[in-house]
Amino acid sequence: MSSVEATPAGVTTNIRKTALNAVHRQTGAKMVEFNGWDMPVEYPASLGGGIIAEHMAVRTGVGIFDVSHMGDIRLAGPQALAAVQHISMNDASRLAVRQAQYSALLYPQGTFVDDVIVHRLGTDEYLLVINAGTREKDFSWVRDNTRQFECAVENLSDDFTQIAIQGPKGVNLLQKLTDADLSAVKFYWVTRGTLCGLRDILMGRTGYTAEDGFEIYVPADEATSARVWNEILTAGKEFGVVPCGLGARNTLRLEGKLPLYGHEISDTINVWEAGLDRFCKTEKPEFVGRAALEKSKAAGIRRTLVGLEMTGRGIARDGYKVLDTDDREIGYVTSGSPAPFLKKNIALAYVPPESAAIGSSVKVEIRGQGVGAVVVPTPFYKRPKKTA
Amino acid sequence: MAYPTDRKYTKEHEWIQVNGNSGTVGITDYAQQSLGDIVFVETPKVGSELTAGKAFGTVESVKAVSDLYAPASGTVTEVNAELATSPENVNKDAHGSWMLKLSLKNPSELNSLLSAADYEKFVAEEAGH
Repeated sequence: MSSVEATPAGVTTNIRKTALNAVHRQTGAKMVEFNGWDMPVEYPASLGGGIIAEHMAVRTGVGIFDVSHMGDIRLAGPQALAAVQHISMNDASRLAVRQAQYSALLYPQGTFVDDVIVHRLGTDEYLLVINAGTREKDFSWVRDNTRQFECAVENLSDDFTQIAIQGPKGVNLLQKLTDADLSAVKFYWVTRGTLCGLRDILMGRTGYTAEDGFEIYVPADEATSARVWNEILTAGKEFGVVPCGLGARNTLRLEGKLPLYGHEISDTINVWEAGLDRFCKTEKPEFVGRAALEKSKAAGIRRTLVGLEMTGRGIARDGYKVLDTDDREIGYVTSGSPAPFLKKNIALAYVPPESAAIGSSVKVEIRGQGVGAVVVPTPFYKRPKKTA
Repeated sequence: MAYPTDRKYTKEHEWIQVNGNSGTVGITDYAQQSLGDIVFVETPKVGSELTAGKAFGTVESVKAVSDLYAPASGTVTEVNAELATSPENVNKDAHGSWMLKLSLKNPSELNSLLSAADYEKFVAEEAGH
């Protein structure tokens, strides 16, 4: 047996560690290199871990993730809104203080620098939460593209340990540890409060799991980070909390069709192709990428992102070819995996618009064989509306 | 984990148990642990020819695709059909969940494989690196 995902021999990288690295290693988490970071991919079964168990914990109870590898950029000053409007595709002028939105930073050609969550923290203060693999690129890009505005741009990426508490019981768990009234915080809003004895901690009702939950930002020193992580696990015992790694994070986001940079979105894929139209406000007077996107909209797109469900026996994986029923190559899989909650083999793929209709039959080439798949509606998974 | 001494092991983490001219093949407990939740096992059809050291099938976890390598050459006589519907059995009992049986072409090939003790040493080093 030999894994195709092993790190190439002889490759030495300056691998980065979050403040919780020692905690993960002590608990016996399986570690992998992800975008230059040494991160847990899954926790041991003795802690309730394993990708499938972790995934199910988030869908049915609560799971916690160390997502400190994510980066943070703060923009503050009298022209902070104008700066954010210029560099992002969603309409930040619609944000009330303490509200957040999904958005993206674009190149002039309408392709992705990165996708981001824009938080409005104050009247003239915004926080962009960005991806790990694009931290440095994003910060330089934001700084270079906001020079004309009266607005300070700060890279706060190393200041926070970011922990995601995700799942239907996430709110109950976190409420035990904070004086902030979390029931008053709607999805994609933030609050501040005392958490585990730490004052003025930012807590956002956001996440990357297609589930309810929170992301908290605590000081990045190792002792504080470890204390908060362990207090969350202790407080979560009654809810069956499970520590979760990047493996479950990926399968959870895939079921919810949440894009991953370098897969569904990249510097060669534009907003229309990725199907992120509803987060792109071309009615805004101006933003980087807008002109190219207007042209692209008029010209029409050559490929579009679809959801596939395997009908034949096999698992589509990232990069596999998509074939038509006559075995002609028509596209490729951006992310593919077994879906632990849905118990199906699913994938996201780029195909031409003429093959994108729901119900279209295609094939995925798996080890030289075309295996049947069908285009299905997305997201694959949508969380049930709360009844309480 | 104690590795059963009634069989031989490869550095690619397969085991083979020999009974006369027949060999039974599976993957080791170390392999199932490194892979995580196993969701798919693909084995060749009965009658296929395997060559020692060459890939003969695939095992997939949620996260990764891995090739299976033949510990010895021979002709497949039987495959464990149960694994098509219950691949997680490999996680539960890797040394009991055999993948295929083959009639050995050259039993002396087994001499170059690792004993249980040597394999245990080998994985301790691999895990510790």
